[in-house]
Amino acid sequence: MTLFRSFRSTALAASLALGFTLPNVASALADEQHFPLQSYRVGPYAAGGTGFFGGFIDYLNLINTRDGGVNGVKLTWSEGETQYEVERGVEAYERLKSNPGVAAWNPLSVGIAYAMIDRITQDKTPLITINHGRTDSTDGRVFPYVFPLLLNPYSETSGIVNYIGSKEGGLESLKGKKIVVLYHGSPYGKETIPIYELLAKKYGFEVQQIEVPHPGNEQQAQWLTIRRAKPDYVVLRGWGVMNPVALKTAAKTGFPVDRIIGNVWSNSEEDVIPAGDAAKGYTAITTQASGAEYPVVKEIVKTLYDQGKGNLDDKKRIGSVYHNLGIVNGILNVEAIRIAQQKFGKRTLTGDEVRWGFEHLQLDQARVEALGAKDLFHSIHVTWDNHEGNGYVTFQQWDGAKWKVVSDWIAPDWALLRPIIEKSSEAYAKEKGIKIRTAADVDTVTN
Amino acid sequence: MTGFDWLFFTEVLVGGLLSGVMYSLVAIGFVLIYKTSGVLNFAQGAMLLFAALTFVSLTERGINFPLAFVITFAIMVALGIAIERAVLRPLVNKPPITLFMATLGLSYVLEGAAQLVWGTQVHGLDLGIEDLPFDIGGVFISQFDIFAAAVALGLVVALSLFFRYTRIGLGFRAVADDQFAALAVGLKLNWIWASVWAAAGLVALVAGLLWGARSGVQFSLSLIVLKALPVLVLGGFDSILGAIVGGLLVGATEKLAEVYIGEYFGGGIESWFAYAVALVFLLIRPAGLFGQKLVERV
Repeated sequence: MTLFRSFRSTALAASLALGFTLPNVASALADEQHFPLQSYRVGPYAAGGTGFFGGFIDYLNLINTRDGGVNGVKLTWSEGETQYEVERGVEAYERLKSNPGVAAWNPLSVGIAYAMIDRITQDKTPLITINHGRTDSTDGRVFPYVFPLLLNPYSETSGIVNYIGSKEGGLESLKGKKIVVLYHGSPYGKETIPIYELLAKKYGFEVQQIEVPHPGNEQQAQWLTIRRAKPDYVVLRGWGVMNPVALKTAAKTGFPVDRIIGNVWSNSEEDVIPAGDAAKGYTAITTQASGAEYPVVKEIVKTLYDQGKGNLDDKKRIGSVYHNLGIVNGILNVEAIRIAQQKFGKRTLTGDEVRWGFEHLQLDQARVEALGAKDLFHSIHVTWDNHEGNGYVTFQQWDGAKWKVVSDWIAPDWALLRPIIEKSSEAYAKEKGIKIRTAADVDTVTN
Repeated sequence: MTGFDWLFFTEVLVGGLLSGVMYSLVAIGFVLIYKTSGVLNFAQGAMLLFAALTFVSLTERGINFPLAFVITFAIMVALGIAIERAVLRPLVNKPPITLFMATLGLSYVLEGAAQLVWGTQVHGLDLGIEDLPFDIGGVFISQFDIFAAAVALGLVVALSLFFRYTRIGLGFRAVADDQFAALAVGLKLNWIWASVWAAAGLVALVAGLLWGARSGVQFSLSLIVLKALPVLVLGGFDSILGAIVGGLLVGATEKLAEVYIGEYFGGGIESWFAYAVALVFLLIRPAGLFGQKLVERV
């Protein structure tokens, strides 16, 4: 696939060099839509990378194999290894963007995503940061090409606080409680510091935020501090090795695991299995359920894995948290293309046309069910100015062998968060000299 | 000092000392190689990852614990010999920086090879030792940390006896003192280097199992080297006793600093605090606490 793509781009570059006129790349390649993937299959975060990109590719492959593509437009992809390093991610961007018919970028890395914002804005191609990224990119008025789909960090924080409130008998019961946030020492980890402070003030609980330096393989000092603080709950905002070490150190210092709530990057099998018994009873937020019982996952197994065409090397990982996140990400990308095709035609779309598709990505529960994803994720309602799309969250508990859903779908407090997001995005717009978009700008699309 | 919580202070101190022992385990691997060849082996962390990943992958394929240990050790010995043949032998008499750069490259090769052979998945590792606390006079101490400290102590005693009383151990010391003199009396330098890399492989295996049981067997094990470097600066690059004392000092100071002064720096200071201490120490005592002072004719 990669060789073929690279041959074709070389051929295209050669044609341009020879002076051939290609009036419209889209019409020249009317039957393919391309996903350049800045994946990470080796390095410290390879476990997450192989799961997510494996799920994403599996879904694209399912659409090609089962449906012959999206309305006849075949989906293609090529991978550039980043090892989760920003400079490699940017290099991969520059190398892969020459592929014709690029639909969207999905780096699954906060650092790489930050480094790409100016580039993708200039190139007019969507950047998808499902469940992560900078919170204020939710504001489509300022960030037309960035989509933190389903859950931005502030919504995640609100969802966690709402869940803790529900465990305590209502948000009003949070008054006088104490919550410690144990966060990864990185821009990702620090992103939610102000929102926890804000929610603490609003609901009257005390919050103490403690940093764990990267990578987090030693946390004795932090957990002794926590034990002395005697909090009611600890929110684990970790990443990679920090998560199992946190759970093990909590057990070692006598903090009860059922009082630890993990964030969306502390919710995978890779976070709990290394912790062994110390993880039993641990609860974490998620936007998508894990498990292979969902129709879309079953179809992937039947259509791909049973035919030896699946992307994961280890079939035991089918339906894992990262694999299912990749599948959901695939659904959202494919549906955005399908929606955009309804407006622009059943052909290869430009990046800006796909952006329009994302800005109209509205999948209610009936549509989610029709896609075979009922209960895998709730719904999404993206608009031109709300690029997160009001994703719902749920909570899952690790029983030592698998995750089990322990809550209903919960809505974060979007109304509370929106003014804070707008304040931040408007400051960004001012700093960068960006003209704030209006609804009238949405349909202005570059071909 | 009214109100100062001495019990808590003791708990942080003891926890720090026990963490320091874990750092020492990694540092000993560095010392072994530096002592005999003058090479700072940056690949020690990658060797640790390779050993732990090999061991856990073998046990997951149904091989029992002792056999998996023996097989992994044999692989580490073979790896040691291969490194000597392919990397060190062609670089004999090259400047130390060349050898250091070679080990830096080697670390990337080993990390890649480990993931290529055994995959990228994260593994749990249960050594059968509970990582739960027990209460001694109000101070919580982890059983696992006590076990790790005992293993480290056993390793230090074994290595000390080995260096002092065995023929090959004395050969190591002779090479460490003067390579040319050792060659002149008939010691086989290549064989000694291969042996010492194999010994470092054993240390990497032991350290890898203990760290792997604590944090899971995953790529980040190779980053443990970053914890060992200040230990070496404090204790000396060529002293096993120094690695232990340096580890204890680093563990205790970084934990106490994190708890008591961390908030004044915004928290998360333990990642750099040990390096700051090591830097100050370098200015005062460049050879470390127990390192050999080099006097060279110029």
